[in-house]
Amino acid sequence: MTGTERDLEQWLAAARDGELPPEEEALLEAHLAQDPRAAAHDAAARALSATLKQARYRRAPAALAHRIRDEIAQQATPRPVLRPFAIPRRWAMSALAAAACLLLAWNLALQFERPGMLPLADEVVENHVRSLMANHLTDVVSSDQHTVKPWFNGKLDLAPPVGDFGAQGFALIGGRLDYLAGHPVAALVYRHNEHVINLFVLPAAGADRRPTHLTARGYALLNWAKGGLDYWAVSDINPLELDGLPALVDSAAAPQQSE
Amino acid sequence: MSDSSRDAAAPQRRFETLVMPHLDAAYNLARWLTRSDADADDVVQEASLKAFRFLDQCRAEDARGWFLAITRNAAYSWLRNKRPQELVISGGEEGEPAELAADPATPESLALDGEATRRLEEAIGGLPVPFREVVILREQEELSYREIAELTGVPIGTVMSRLARGRALLARALGRPLPSPQRGRQDA
Repeated sequence: MTGTERDLEQWLAAARDGELPPEEEALLEAHLAQDPRAAAHDAAARALSATLKQARYRRAPAALAHRIRDEIAQQATPRPVLRPFAIPRRWAMSALAAAACLLLAWNLALQFERPGMLPLADEVVENHVRSLMANHLTDVVSSDQHTVKPWFNGKLDLAPPVGDFGAQGFALIGGRLDYLAGHPVAALVYRHNEHVINLFVLPAAGADRRPTHLTARGYALLNWAKGGLDYWAVSDINPLELDGLPALVDSAAAPQQSE
Repeated sequence: MSDSSRDAAAPQRRFETLVMPHLDAAYNLARWLTRSDADADDVVQEASLKAFRFLDQCRAEDARGWFLAITRNAAYSWLRNKRPQELVISGGEEGEPAELAADPATPESLALDGEATRRLEEAIGGLPVPFREVVILREQEELSYREIAELTGVPIGTVMSRLARGRALLARALGRPLPSPQRGRQDA
């Protein structure tokens, strides 16, 4: 299965599963109207979902609910001394240990996945995922920085440094306009070992900041600020592989300042 | 004293309010993961006792996800002991998993008779567990991608690809493979 085929399939699935914002649903309706192949796939997938919903939903037997309520009642009420353990102590201890591990893992997972450690990081990941889902990775497709850079002219109040670093492993694919933190921003798209990297460029609020690694929902992010611009790189690659990017972007920014 | 007896019953009432409404969802998940009534019973009972012990960690707005996660974890422990091979995705996360056995006798009609229901359930049960659980959580529990991602501890992108692959495998196993959505690929 090719990458675009998977993107289209998952975009259609997201619409069927009620995961698309309304404006994208309209886009998708328009796409389906003029793409019989996608429409045929979507119809077959709808039929499959209807079939799957006919699989039996297994409700908990009444006897199980009774048994659980009994157990809970026994645990909630202190037992008389003569019968201190309704369930074997060994079993109880191992259940307790397992539950403790489980809850630790649950808490860790929540912490790791929790949005809003940095709200912007979460938004960056959402934009990245949406760019891959919606077949809207690039507005301007080119590996030529002299094509991509002027394309942003007049569309944004900033001039993102654009360079093709294919020789260093970061090949320029193109760029697009995106929306982040309530502002239109530049998104530069790079490819690194078959992985797509979105590099968002927005006006920086403060002084330069050294690159910082972040993780949100399993994606690797690198954030830094330089020369009045705030950079967010995001991809599904090993976080350390993003480390080369800031210096390369810097090298593209340098000549432009002397222009 | 009536006050103290009321306090003593508070955890039970909290359990009744937060956990018991989701007993069916937990049982359905455990039943599809273990594929056995008796084992689903054990898994859900064990999960319920754990939930009761750690009830003060349950947030009301996420009680279903919390209880389903405990149940899923209990089911995974059971699977790791009894049927570890079902937890493995052959070919890895990105590779092509082994095909399920196709069932050419599946009728075209969508209305399922008893025999077709049995075949459908066999096809779902034949999916590797990582695919089976996202299909069940989405198609039967109607959880959002985000809820499934939090429950199963994988990124949303992985939920989406597992769902797509689970559905494609089921469609093929049911004798009605999904046509490729890609426009013009074969015509070009």
